Amino acid sequence: MSSKESILGAIQGLKLEEKPLPDIPDFEIADDLVEAFTTALNANKGTVASKEEIEHLISETAFSKIYSSSPAFESYSNCQVPQHAAEFADLDLAIIEGQFASAENAAIWLDDSNLDLRAIPFITAHLVIVVKKENILGNMHQAYDRIGLTKSGFGIFIAGPSKTADIEQSLVVGAHGAISLRVVLI
Amino acid sequence: MSHPENATVFLKDKARAKWHDETLWIVREKRDATIHQIPEWEKLRELASQIKDHTLSKLDFYLEELERNATANGIKVHWAENAEEHNQIIGRILREKNCKTIVKSKSILTEECHLNPYLAERGVEVVDTDLGERIIQFLKQPPSHIVMPAIHLKKSDISDIFHEKLNTEKGNVDPVYLTHAARLHLREKFLQAKVAITGVNFAVAETGEFVVCTNEGNADMGVHLADTHIACMGIEKLIPRRKDLGVFLRLLARSATGQSITNYNSHFRSPSPGKELHLILVNNGRTKQLGREKFRNSLKCIRCGACMNTCPIYRRSGGFSYGSTVPGPIGSILSPGIDLKKYSTLPFASTLCGSCSDVCPVKINIHEQLYEWRQEITKANGSSLKGLSMKMANGIFKSPLAYRISGQLMRASLKNLPDSIIYNPLNAWGKGRNLPDLPEESFKAWYKKNRP
Repeated sequence: MSSKESILGAIQGLKLEEKPLPDIPDFEIADDLVEAFTTALNANKGTVASKEEIEHLISETAFSKIYSSSPAFESYSNCQVPQHAAEFADLDLAIIEGQFASAENAAIWLDDSNLDLRAIPFITAHLVIVVKKENILGNMHQAYDRIGLTKSGFGIFIAGPSKTADIEQSLVVGAHGAISLRVVLI
Repeated sequence: MSHPENATVFLKDKARAKWHDETLWIVREKRDATIHQIPEWEKLRELASQIKDHTLSKLDFYLEELERNATANGIKVHWAENAEEHNQIIGRILREKNCKTIVKSKSILTEECHLNPYLAERGVEVVDTDLGERIIQFLKQPPSHIVMPAIHLKKSDISDIFHEKLNTEKGNVDPVYLTHAARLHLREKFLQAKVAITGVNFAVAETGEFVVCTNEGNADMGVHLADTHIACMGIEKLIPRRKDLGVFLRLLARSATGQSITNYNSHFRSPSPGKELHLILVNNGRTKQLGREKFRNSLKCIRCGACMNTCPIYRRSGGFSYGSTVPGPIGSILSPGIDLKKYSTLPFASTLCGSCSDVCPVKINIHEQLYEWRQEITKANGSSLKGLSMKMANGIFKSPLAYRISGQLMRASLKNLPDSIIYNPLNAWGKGRNLPDLPEESFKAWYKKNRP
């Protein structure tokens, strides 16, 4: 007997009575979604920035490798998507588009259609995500309603930069992935 | 070693024990602060509990649905009856890939299966990539907490081991400096690894996808750079619908650390072109627990660790005192199901205050199950000394005369009892406890004198 058969058989042998699956109701959301999103993002150690602030950052900082798949920042992109993700190990700045966000926790949804390489938001030193203001939703339930059953090989909610508190509970930003997350709301 | 014996070892360093207690309490307070911003918190807990109850009641159906959909997505699904088979499956994939180094993100299941020593014996280097896990891996220790694996360590300990392993400055205890050193060290490992292993927080039957949550981004760094991703999950990690994730992702991080969500919440459904994605479904005693009616709903656990942070015993005895993969209150109801004899002291490592049940995001009645396990263990162990004294008490309470005389005797003798009897090593009760002040007379005598 295969392990699959023995596991399923053991469960079937218990003849458990089926319990009901609840519906998920609507819950109240914040009145000012941009404000709620900003507060949540700050708590996650990310920041909201304007397009001009990002342009200023680029002109002030000596980033040698910048990749942008966002049309709003297309002209700053100075490299091609490589064959292997490891070749992006020296990527200084990535600017990508997010589809929508949940205001309660600043979680921004992206999937394969936003990511030319799945590794980009993690391997880059600094990350900028561009989200349309009108695409800020109230909470995670609304976010999953929006995703529906859309098919993508990979999807992710990003809510802040890479961080850790594993050393005596001291919060340190920039553990393995992006050291900073800036979100441009347009 | 029993829990009290291990706890004694932990409590030897009083300052550290106090720090441990206070630090975990701060995490509990952060959890409280964040949930108070969610008016529907209790409703979410109820929903999560019902969704898990439903899933467990037709687990076979959902496992097959998951396998069917995941397979259609291009995921290779494996079934493992026990830890040994789980390890063998991973060993086989690594042999096929001729892979000698892997990166692994946090997975309590691989700890439960003792995957690291299994692979080490076969010449495979496992690099744990969660910062806390890398630290304890350097120290050859198991995690002492399921969310904060290195919570038992001070930054000076970490500075010492990093100086030895990563050649950091001796005595530099700055967490930013130490984290940066680990970042550089682990980046090298990420860039070289061909195979990455992760755990699974939730698997969705409806879509055949699974979700992994981290704050560090280490799971994503591993899997997106490697050619092969192996994900390991206990069969209880299933949920039926994608929209159920909305409920669980709102609960998980808030319960665990007080954050509104983890910074990276990755949904894996198909491998990138040219890459491989494996999913191992592991039983290892879970169907047995499912068959125990009183303990079934311990399988609803989403591994947030909130019950540990709140537990007065966990905070004051440390994760290692439990001697089990999952420590704390939830570990104390899961572990006896795996080995009743080995873990027989764990259900007693509780005051039954019920705080664990109050904070549990999926409403597991943890403290009631602790009580139930005590009954099972006492039955299995036969009558104890405590049982004998209860029988004696039964006789005393039955006879008014015996009750009166024994009360007088107790008041007289307890006052004159030498300390050596109470605080002697054979009397576990006397450890860390003092006798209360005794009244001069019984309540009955007092009432006779003072009644109007």
